Amino acid sequence: MTNDHFEIAGVKYSSRLLVGTGKYTDLDQTREATEASAAEIVTVSIRRTNIGQDPDQPNLLDVINPEKYTILPNTAGCYDVQSAVRTCQLARELLNGRKLVKLEVLGDDKTLFPAMPETLEAAEILIKDNFDVMVYCSDDPILAKRLEEMGCVAVMPLAAPIGSGLGIRNPYNIRTIVENANVPILVDAGVGTASDAAIAMELGCDGVLMNTAIAEANDPVLMASAMRKGIEAGREAFLAGRMPRRQFASASSPLDGRFF
Amino acid sequence: MSIEITVNGNPHTIPKNSSLTELLELLGVEGRLAVDINGEIIPKSTHSDQLIADSDRIEIVHAIGGG
Repeated sequence: MTNDHFEIAGVKYSSRLLVGTGKYTDLDQTREATEASAAEIVTVSIRRTNIGQDPDQPNLLDVINPEKYTILPNTAGCYDVQSAVRTCQLARELLNGRKLVKLEVLGDDKTLFPAMPETLEAAEILIKDNFDVMVYCSDDPILAKRLEEMGCVAVMPLAAPIGSGLGIRNPYNIRTIVENANVPILVDAGVGTASDAAIAMELGCDGVLMNTAIAEANDPVLMASAMRKGIEAGREAFLAGRMPRRQFASASSPLDGRFF
Repeated sequence: MSIEITVNGNPHTIPKNSSLTELLELLGVEGRLAVDINGEIIPKSTHSDQLIADSDRIEIVHAIGGG
């Protein structure tokens, strides 16, 4: 499995688990969980600096080193095209011109479902502005294909609402999206535990992006490790090809040679 | 002479003819950050040349935890 990698915007990654950095108790826990996940791509959000805060306080990017990790700034909290585009532009400035972003334009604060018309519009603007756009989207195969055709470098349908932990609610759509795709398909949002991550990978997804499922576990560091294994197990199971389902039994021990 | 500006939504009074670099020092913010003034991003390389004007609306952002 050492040669099993996937590629986003020309960069190869061997870890198929992408993690967020929100909701942790402190930066030490963020660092430990991120290390335990073995993720190579790590999301951050862009917010106002606290004026007057002690400048010696550790910063997220001190513990999640951009030299070690691919930092994926998100547009979380954006409900319109303009704020999402502006957030990406500020992120590019913050990260010295790195142009990989996670676009999400949200529709409402109850479901945090993506607002797809605005998502398509923002994606078009960002791609023209030379960003590499990984896009959070609904699990609609037609829209997923449209986003790929526009030039998004990865398409990331939700499995269930952000932070819900409900698991893969629509495996048939996810599979259809995967089968149609020529860019990486990552499940973004909704997984709750390691078996959910494994199911996403068994469906053929290239990876899974998660935050709450790790950060809100009783032991986030242990859950990060569990997720890493769930992702690897699901990936290997996908590559191995599962047995067919049968309605009735099929004996594992031979019938020939019985002495009774 | 001083001018009134807005930084991250809050009013601040700073000396006239301050550069962005001087403003950041005055506010005690440093490290990995990005700045926009009135909606326009100011690249790091031009912070020392960028003069702050009266009524400027300045946003100073950084990376924090998120998913």
